[in-house]
Amino acid sequence: MIEPERGAGLTAMHEGTYAVEVDKLSKRYGEVEAVKEVSFTVEHGEVFAFLGPNGAGKTTTIRMLCTLTQPTGGRALIDGYDVSARPREVRQRIGLVFQEQTLDQQLTAEENLRFHAVLYGVAKAEVNARIDRALRMVQLSERRSDLVSTFSGGMARRLEIARGMLHTPAVLFLDEPTIGLDPQTRALMWEDVLRLRKEEGVTIFLTTHYMEEAEYADRIAIIDQGRIVALDTSEALKRTIGADTVELATGDDDLAAKNLAEAGFNVKRGDDEVVAFVENGEAQVASIIAAAGTPIRTVKVHRPTLEDVFLHYTGRQIREGQGGGPIPPHFMHFARRR
Amino acid sequence: MSATKTNVTQAQPQHHLAATSDLRTIGMVWRRELIRFTRTRTRILTSFVQPILFLFVLGYGMASLVGTTGGFDFKKFVFPGIVAMTVVTTAIFSAISIVWDREFGFLREMLVAPVSRGALVIGKTLGGASVATVQGTIMLALAPLIGVHLTPLLVLEVIGLEMLMASALTAFGVFVASRIQRMEGFQVVMQLVLFPMIFLSGALFPLNGIPGWLAVITRINPLTYAVDPLRHVVFAAQDMPTAAAARFATGVTIFSYTVPMFLEIVIVLAFLVVFLGLAIVGFAKKD
Repeated sequence: MIEPERGAGLTAMHEGTYAVEVDKLSKRYGEVEAVKEVSFTVEHGEVFAFLGPNGAGKTTTIRMLCTLTQPTGGRALIDGYDVSARPREVRQRIGLVFQEQTLDQQLTAEENLRFHAVLYGVAKAEVNARIDRALRMVQLSERRSDLVSTFSGGMARRLEIARGMLHTPAVLFLDEPTIGLDPQTRALMWEDVLRLRKEEGVTIFLTTHYMEEAEYADRIAIIDQGRIVALDTSEALKRTIGADTVELATGDDDLAAKNLAEAGFNVKRGDDEVVAFVENGEAQVASIIAAAGTPIRTVKVHRPTLEDVFLHYTGRQIREGQGGGPIPPHFMHFARRR
Repeated sequence: MSATKTNVTQAQPQHHLAATSDLRTIGMVWRRELIRFTRTRTRILTSFVQPILFLFVLGYGMASLVGTTGGFDFKKFVFPGIVAMTVVTTAIFSAISIVWDREFGFLREMLVAPVSRGALVIGKTLGGASVATVQGTIMLALAPLIGVHLTPLLVLEVIGLEMLMASALTAFGVFVASRIQRMEGFQVVMQLVLFPMIFLSGALFPLNGIPGWLAVITRINPLTYAVDPLRHVVFAAQDMPTAAAARFATGVTIFSYTVPMFLEIVIVLAFLVVFLGLAIVGFAKKD
């Protein structure tokens, strides 16, 4: 059993630094500005989510923070180290779980971890204990000697998380960690992640376009078209748009949106509905219907969701497969699953 | 932010023991190659099929066309070339598995780690070279069947030359792999580079008495200088009639200058160093 080195010693050294500190970070590809002067900080031990549609600049940002992509403007510090000037120190302090699987299918779970331990300079005397502990944390101890090619998608993902934690990083980056996983596996993975945060004090930085997943985060940055449009806790974000959300399906959404806006409502046009953000939904339904000026098919009154928050800030909805950004070729996913 | 990090206990091993950590990395990447090699038995078997086929086709089929052999079986002439061919193809195949790693994502795990690209490339090259040397050496088991006489010294010499040849070719393959994004690209490389290199290296036919333009190409081909020493040491251990020794003379001649064996080895070493360097540069780029 090893005592995690973070704890007393590391806490002291963290003093005065953020886990992640980003100042006007930008990335330009030719004419396209993928990330535009993004600034934020993440505290040690925080779970921080980047929420946005595909192509919003989430992956580009994470790649810059992980030293994989050179920023074209601004700067970013990981645990006090500049990603451009001190990439090796940064890499030493981060764990990475990519969107795509990055395990060697022809090696066993244990061999994959051992390989990683050497790459990250884990002291020889500690390697075995760390592998035991990492496998136990993601409940894969029984499968340690099995080839990764026999693992399900969810198991492979959990093994990747264990691997990302093997060298006790300060920040664990998860890029769309549950893409392609079923809800049950997703929940299981999050149990693992939150346990890691509790026991190891690791900072979690994740990107996602799933609302439910962002809810796990202490704070959420909503990113759209390369910019952070809102950043706060889930509760605070929802509070900013009002106490209730009234969703209308109408015969003419454009007309309804226009009329409601003229009547002074904070209203946004969704894909198949008109959404009004109000203080007291039940009491105002009648006046909203009256103001819409077009036949109403259905009315839903509910507490605001992150989906509503996103719509409020961007005027668009996040739906899977939307966003118009570059989506990785699908055959890659098939190939990987074999 | 002015946080200085000199007191970070976690970081210190990397600075003090960078060389040790590089050596560990090289060892680990090398071990992975061997583990993967022993797990893909079909690959081991199929990689023998082609050379044995060539040995039969050329050794039996071509022997009658070659004409005067001075009482020396053409199979014995081809044999060292077939060993070289086995080494070269295995080396390239091992190196090119990087493209596979790229498609299956594992390359990322390696490239994002806080280790030098040099350590990764050297580990991969040594791994591929070891696998290729093992394959080539297993081919020696065929020697008694076709009457090639083996001595312990010869086996050692062959292994040494195989290692050199395998390292050079793996480094070359790793460099090519650093430039290739997809597996389809690999097919192109095989057709346009690997096969011509093997066929024009003197592995499969004698380099003396060929048309001038072909002679020029074979002298430019670096593989020529890897194949010739191998054949030289094998022939030196055989009991060859004078006529055969003249017909199948070893040594590469350029304008009647015969390149000595040590120079041939230097040429192959230079090839190795150049492509090792290019491969490291190839993987050091980021967008």
